[in-house]
Amino acid sequence: MIDISILDVFPVLLKGVSVTIQVLVLSAIFSYLIAFIAGFGRLSKNVLVRKFTGFYIEIFRGTSLIVQLFWFYYAIPMLFNVQVGSELMAGVLAISLNYGAYMSEIVRGSIIAVDKGQREAATALNMTRFQQMRLVILPQAVRMMLPEFGNYLIQILKATSLVSLIGMTDILYHGNMLRSTNIAMAPTIYLLILVFYFILALPLIFLTRKAEDISKKGVASS
Amino acid sequence: MNWKWDMFFDAFPFVVQGLWITIALTFASYLFALLFGFMWTFLKRIPNKPLNWLVTWVMEFIRSTPPLVQLFFIFYAWPMVPGIGMTLSPFTSAIVGIGIHYSTYISEVYRSGIESVGKGQWEASRALNFTRWQTWRKVILPQALPPTIPMLGNYLIIMFKEVPLASTIGVTGILHMANTYGAHHFRYLEALTIVAILFLVLSYPAAVLVRKLEEKMNRRFDKNEILKEDKGVVM
Repeated sequence: MIDISILDVFPVLLKGVSVTIQVLVLSAIFSYLIAFIAGFGRLSKNVLVRKFTGFYIEIFRGTSLIVQLFWFYYAIPMLFNVQVGSELMAGVLAISLNYGAYMSEIVRGSIIAVDKGQREAATALNMTRFQQMRLVILPQAVRMMLPEFGNYLIQILKATSLVSLIGMTDILYHGNMLRSTNIAMAPTIYLLILVFYFILALPLIFLTRKAEDISKKGVASS
Repeated sequence: MNWKWDMFFDAFPFVVQGLWITIALTFASYLFALLFGFMWTFLKRIPNKPLNWLVTWVMEFIRSTPPLVQLFFIFYAWPMVPGIGMTLSPFTSAIVGIGIHYSTYISEVYRSGIESVGKGQWEASRALNFTRWQTWRKVILPQALPPTIPMLGNYLIIMFKEVPLASTIGVTGILHMANTYGAHHFRYLEALTIVAILFLVLSYPAAVLVRKLEEKMNRRFDKNEILKEDKGVVM
């Protein structure tokens, strides 16, 4: 019986941190990008664009992330007879399309929530539609989006643990590997994995609180 | 394109077998979360600084770590914990794991509902010499809970979509069935698509329903807002 302690578990899990962070950063970037594209798409003047983005959002919000992940990893290569590429690509694609769909609703909601008078004033100043959006609406809307964006960042971090299921060597993957050889150490391993994720989440939690402060500061309307 | 309809129709009855487990697990873990959420809300209202701090951070810990890891913890690690540990079936583990994770979110919903009840209501109850229990039962909760119904409905849908995580510990819901079918026939495409369709077909109407409910609620509360302002001197 090999006795292992926290000190033995720690370095094993540490090997997975870089993969988790890599997936987190890539997914976050693409999620925000997709959120803005889809958010604007829903507000487009073009009916076709509006309907298409609406369709995309409902599909991805209506099914679960784990199903989408498996679908991207197992089904798409079969459907089109192509290799999607790496697990990384399938993972990031699934996570960002899923959370992009959720966050697009925040983008849309915040833009709509900007007071109508602001748009009217901008029109009165003879601004173009693009200028209105860039100079008047967005600076106010982005501020409203910040707290929710922070919350979703934590959600994305939690979602990255799913990529271990398609064979990416993240924190959870290394933990599972270790557990399969040391079943008795399961409590230590999983508790430590949870602590790892929590430590990664801490800066995001504080960032979210900061974002809440920023969004509240100096807003005239109650 | 490499889509086979005969595979689709062959896999469909097989995958659907898991639907009842998925739905049962959804409602069971939802009920667990609703009850556990009450406990968090209650604990947080105890006026004790250290306890408050502890509960807040425990909740934060549960909320910001992956439910998948929590599920593994309960299924693989809990039986190994000396003293209090015990072996739970995959289904029970999933109820507890998913239930506890979402109870922290549900608790926030309760809290927002309770906080939305005006301070005057508490004072009026006190003036009427209500006991603490009477105040909660007759004044606070009847006003605090109805506005939270759409949010609670939302969480039911969210949890429904989180339930397939349980397939990783062997709960034979629809995702598990699809993976079994896929492994057996070396073809995941149709079976996984069926799972996606089932989720969409079940959660989309539910989401529309909740949205309708939300609008209705909003209208009701807006009306109250206007009435309040009419009475005052503001207008």
